[in-house]
Amino acid sequence: MLQTNLTHVLSEKDHAALLKANENVMICCGRMGPMCIPVYEAMEELEGEYKHVKFADMEFDSPDARIIRNLPECRSFQGLPFVVYYKGGKVVKATTSIQQPKQITTILDEHFGKK
Amino acid sequence: MDTQYDVIVLGGGAAGLTAGIYLSRARLRTLILNEGATGGQMTLTHEIANYPGVENISGYELARRMRSQAQKFGCTVKSNLTIAAMDLTGEIKRVLLDTGDAFTAPAVILATGGKSREIGAPGETEFKGKGISYCATCDGDFFTDKEIIVVGGGNSALEEAVSLTKYASKVTVVHQFDHFQAFEHYVVEAQKNPKIRFIMESKIEAFEGDEALRSVKIRHQQTGAITTMAVDGVFILIGYVPNTKRFEGIVTLNGAGEIVADAGMATSLPGVFAAGDSIAKRYRQVTTAVADGTIAALNAAEYVNAKKKEVKAEEVL
Ligand SMILES: Cc1cc2nc3c(=O)[nH]c(=O)nc-3n(C[C@H](O)[C@H](O)[C@H](O)COP(=O)(O)OP(=O)(O)OC[C@H]3O[C@@H](n4cnc5c(N)ncnc54)[C@H](O)[C@@H]3O)c2cc1C
Repeated sequence: MLQTNLTHVLSEKDHAALLKANENVMICCGRMGPMCIPVYEAMEELEGEYKHVKFADMEFDSPDARIIRNLPECRSFQGLPFVVYYKGGKVVKATTSIQQPKQITTILDEHFGKK
Repeated sequence: MDTQYDVIVLGGGAAGLTAGIYLSRARLRTLILNEGATGGQMTLTHEIANYPGVENISGYELARRMRSQAQKFGCTVKSNLTIAAMDLTGEIKRVLLDTGDAFTAPAVILATGGKSREIGAPGETEFKGKGISYCATCDGDFFTDKEIIVVGGGNSALEEAVSLTKYASKVTVVHQFDHFQAFEHYVVEAQKNPKIRFIMESKIEAFEGDEALRSVKIRHQQTGAITTMAVDGVFILIGYVPNTKRFEGIVTLNGAGEIVADAGMATSLPGVFAAGDSIAKRYRQVTTAVADGTIAALNAAEYVNAKKKEVKAEEVL
């Protein structure tokens, strides 16, 4: 399990339940590595501000993370973490490698509305 | 309205967090404003094995512990923010965030560290994470049985070139000079490795591809000849640059853009101190950043306390 304060998605079942229960979801699929940690930290800080978005993480190496690894939107990705934004259960945006907080909030604002 | 502090620390890496620990323990109202993730470059390090008293610790864990230690003493740590403007020249320094929040203090410590150097060639931003990486330990396994380039000729480039041969079928080291800057043992190990070949005196001119990186254009420095090389991935390991652009024309920087600080970590501007990788010095380690942060904090504390005494004396008069 990733050492973050985010909601952890541990299985495909968790993933499905999370998307069903929440309209706006951001999942960061990574490891405890240098490119991923800044994204988790940004998400932890944004959690309090974007109450209408559910922030979660998923361990990249868990077999069930294929639900993210194999998404067509992530086909060309070769840098951790893979971050996927879902609206109403559908992927609206996916990013690869480290993202600055400003890049994340731009996506959140565009797809889920401002805080 | 501006929120007042005794000391504002810009940067929340090893140097800034250490300064935060010392300052808040000295009962000074201390604010750390950090543009990146807490811990700075420490979070780039999977394992730190040379921090005295701690045999093995991940950089992430060491950073978390430093932050929590600073917070326990009362330090406020704000990370992942954007500084919109700052005025460090007056008696009272002011820092404004892009959110509109503003903070003032009589003293500031610049502990903004450094970041990976980028090549600056066309396509570099576009293919980041889609073939271009700055972290071999993070992304190496995406290139299993693939052909990759490592750019650089220093210790990390050659060390990582060797470690990437665990995954890649072929590693080409592209280096701008005709000799390496790395320690001899790294050079020998890379040269001995049958999967590694070298293109010397050459620079990458452009990154090309479609949805992912497919090839690079390489220019030979002497002849000017440009060749196109098909490649699956490029790891850029060409060192670090200090995060000091914002301080140009405010405090004295040397030719490499590093902040010039004296033995007490004072900069050219009264009330402005500096610490860690952003200052001009030879060795850049967690231990040296921590030491700089300590010295900067103790001198900033002395400076602030002296200012407070001046104000009290004026009030008595
Ligand atoms: C891959 C790697 C491995 C390493 N391994 C080791 C090791 O094993 N042992 C060891 O001792 N050292 C190691 N080092 C070196 C060590 O990590 C650094 O020397 C040390 O962490 C520097 O700390 P710092 O606080 O000076 O700067 P940084 O860690 O760079 O922190 C500076 C912080 O300031 C922020 N910032 C930048 N600009 C601004 C601004 N204008 N305003 C506010 N904040 C700003 C940055 O986002 C960052 O969070 C390694 C470095 C790297 C890159």
